[in-house]
Amino acid sequence: MAEPVYVDGKHVPFREGQSILEVLRTAGVQLPDLCHDPRLGPQGTCRLCLVHVEGQPGLVAACATPAQPAMRVATDTEALRDYRRTVLELLLSELPPSRECPRCSTLGCCSLHAAAARFGAQEDRFPKLRFRQSSQDANPFIQRDYRWCIACYRCTRICGEWEMAGAIAPAGRGQGIHIRSFPTDRLLESPCTFCGQCIGTCPTGALTDRKAADQIGTGEVTRVRTICPYCGTGCGIHLIAQGGHLVGVEPDFSNPVNQGSLCVKGQFASWEFANSPDRLTTPLIRENGSFRQATWEEAYQLIATRLSEVRDTCGPDAIALWSSARATNEANYLMQKFARVVVGTNNIDNCART
Amino acid sequence: MSNSIGELEGADFLLVVGSNTTESHPVIALRIKKAARQGARLVVVDPRRIELTRLAHRWLQLRLGTDIALFNAMAHVIIREGLYNAAFVREQTGSFDTLRKHLERYTPEYAAEATGIPPDAIVRSAREYAVASRAAIVYTLGVTEHSCGTHNVQALANLALLCGNFGKPSAGVNPLRGQNNVQGAGDVGCIPTELPGYQKVDDPAVRRKFEAAWGRPLPSRRGITKTTALDEVLKGRLRAVYIMGENTVVSDAHASRTQAALERLDFLVVQDIFMTETAQLAHVVLPAASYAEVDGTFTNTERRVQRVRKAVDPPGEAKPDWLILCELATRMGYHMAYSHPSEVWNEVARLAPIVGGISYARLEKEGGLQWPCPTQEHPGTPCLHADGLASRRGHFAPVDHVPPAETPDESYPLFLTTGRRRSTYHTGTMTGRASGFHLLVPHEWVEVNPQDAATLGLRDEEEVYVASRRGRVKARVKVTDRSPDGVVFMSFHFPESTRTNLLTSDAYDFVTETPEFKVCAVRLEKVKRGRRPRG
Ligand code: SF4
Ligand code: SF4
Ligand code: FES
Repeated sequence: MAEPVYVDGKHVPFREGQSILEVLRTAGVQLPDLCHDPRLGPQGTCRLCLVHVEGQPGLVAACATPAQPAMRVATDTEALRDYRRTVLELLLSELPPSRECPRCSTLGCCSLHAAAARFGAQEDRFPKLRFRQSSQDANPFIQRDYRWCIACYRCTRICGEWEMAGAIAPAGRGQGIHIRSFPTDRLLESPCTFCGQCIGTCPTGALTDRKAADQIGTGEVTRVRTICPYCGTGCGIHLIAQGGHLVGVEPDFSNPVNQGSLCVKGQFASWEFANSPDRLTTPLIRENGSFRQATWEEAYQLIATRLSEVRDTCGPDAIALWSSARATNEANYLMQKFARVVVGTNNIDNCART
Repeated sequence: MSNSIGELEGADFLLVVGSNTTESHPVIALRIKKAARQGARLVVVDPRRIELTRLAHRWLQLRLGTDIALFNAMAHVIIREGLYNAAFVREQTGSFDTLRKHLERYTPEYAAEATGIPPDAIVRSAREYAVASRAAIVYTLGVTEHSCGTHNVQALANLALLCGNFGKPSAGVNPLRGQNNVQGAGDVGCIPTELPGYQKVDDPAVRRKFEAAWGRPLPSRRGITKTTALDEVLKGRLRAVYIMGENTVVSDAHASRTQAALERLDFLVVQDIFMTETAQLAHVVLPAASYAEVDGTFTNTERRVQRVRKAVDPPGEAKPDWLILCELATRMGYHMAYSHPSEVWNEVARLAPIVGGISYARLEKEGGLQWPCPTQEHPGTPCLHADGLASRRGHFAPVDHVPPAETPDESYPLFLTTGRRRSTYHTGTMTGRASGFHLLVPHEWVEVNPQDAATLGLRDEEEVYVASRRGRVKARVKVTDRSPDGVVFMSFHFPESTRTNLLTSDAYDFVTETPEFKVCAVRLEKVKRGRRPRG
């Protein structure tokens, strides 16, 4: 095995071709890598992942520098902390007051403000500059408030290079550079598929989930790691709940299946249906052509009686059970066990064949 | 899938067959896109101009239902030109000579006639597939939802066997499953012929093992599939059905027949989260918890068992499916009780060797695990057959091209093919309740080629009847060159206004009994009306 990299004096194994940033992650060192998305090649523009490498003049961007055997990397010197704090303070001077951040004030802290807090960046160290302008786009999915944009281009790159939709791109030049969609600045009129990946990758409050923003109230939010209920891909998601209700969803970047990517169904249709007022909430029994509410006990007794009757008069094979390709393995397992053991038939099927 | 989703990005040749991946599996499509960006050759086989054709190096636009002719001709070329992997064929396969003989008549010229693809394109695709070092085949419902679906898959498997593309990373034959846990439902035994872990019901030793574990004698009689069950109802032999979470009336082919069958039952139980069209027909409806309200596992299309976690309580008195089944079983005299779904899973793992090494504790620590994973120490299996097919040689299956069960004629001159659209899902019970989605796909469209539209005098967004021998539904016309001449396309996402499966055929694959959703014959009729349709 190659000689390891030394991170702040500790040995860290690495593979040929890994960047310093990736090696740091193995070592458990988390830098404020604001312009970096592992699904895209390194960009090296935010200058927040800078580290000191022994024998090299100046600082290097960890995201864009390949690790070398025996490299000695320092990530946490006084000078680096000062430097990062200053870069963050400059960024904050381009944005509205932090407490108004659309992400931090809803689903939880954005990467930028988390980094600012971690390095003690002061909001008013530098006089505020003129903000970018919010988009007027009123689509019901993606809230685009570019006053919070730090021009890291993660969104345009994920849209162009990864999703290959090319719905948004940078426009203008110099200080006036901004993100817009094409041909108009309304996403519904662009090639956007509303996969929501721009929201997932944006390190600030510039791009947020409008549905979640509309739903969220006050009180603590909890995140639960689970799996998207739609297609057989099985993307990892975090369901976000508040006060016993679902209020949103975020992609799970740690799941190897989707690596933080989702599609429009996972991002924008995976939780509202569960909150829907027309959910079934009690057992129902048909009587004289219409349904009436019943207790579980009544329903169970009726089913037990009727299934037993059919089984006893016509045999177990006069009964069939169809399970669901949307239910869990555990529920499916118990349904086939029920069919075979309780009813006594192999008439158990699911829609796997379709 | 024989291989993994992540492996697709490492392929250097991708044959995507009948899979509108960007629409039905958008996140898997990202890996295909990445492979293509990195220089992999992408060949798309589809009658429709799907999005991936824009990225493809070659688009093989075959006539509907002629897949086997194409794959057989590719295999013919590979054999004729000696491009197959001779060592692999010798050591790991069987019946090669039968296949070679069988394929003699499948010249590229013969296939060109059937498929409409130029012979030259067939030859090139075959050569490229054969010489690629990591060639992956990806397919979806476009292949299996035909009356010859099983044969389509065999014809594809023949190609992969010829070129030794099994047991190799980033290669293989990779079906993409439609619903989130189709894979898992089959794995845990919801199949008439298989007990959990694909252990055969008709094997007495297998039955004894399960009888010992479950403490009851097990039926040895073959069970019937859902498809045959409907006939059995109409014949009066099947009297009661218990459906868990599936909107059968809308999702099954030939919907009016399905509905008629369910209406004839003496007793129907439906357990679901909404009052679906199917639940409306039930005698008892049980309120179930949704995926967000339960603990459990799903198994994705690459055999990865992943943990589903409860985020909130179910509404009202709704209960998790597993608990309902336990309580009912107990009332019917069989004690079924578990304190948590993890106990149910432990039982599955004890009885089904393919997942024997998977536990909730491991899923918590390591994330999803891909079966086969027989022991606690086993890391799971991203790529099947890595140790060779030798023990169970891959046998070549000579298959023939048969035309679809129903082809256009004078009264029904167009082919209808059905599929999915990205922003709606299945029968719409879930996406239909997501705000804003009506802006993405406001209603059902029937996609018509500009030439057909001109012949029939149809305008964009005009309302028409789509009629087949089995039924008639209304939809709006979308004039688009995505559909080839003579073929119209619809989804089945809007059951309330357009019940597409009223049209589809009740022919089905004679091996798996998968209904032939993909092809039937229809005609378009103008709607005579006084009022203007809403734009
Ligand atoms: S909108 Fe977000 S992701 Fe896009 S450039 Fe601005 S800060 Fe970066
Ligand atoms: S997010 Fe989209 S691609 Fe991923 S599992 Fe859900 S429906 Fe499938
Ligand atoms: S993350 Fe390295 S420069 Fe931004």
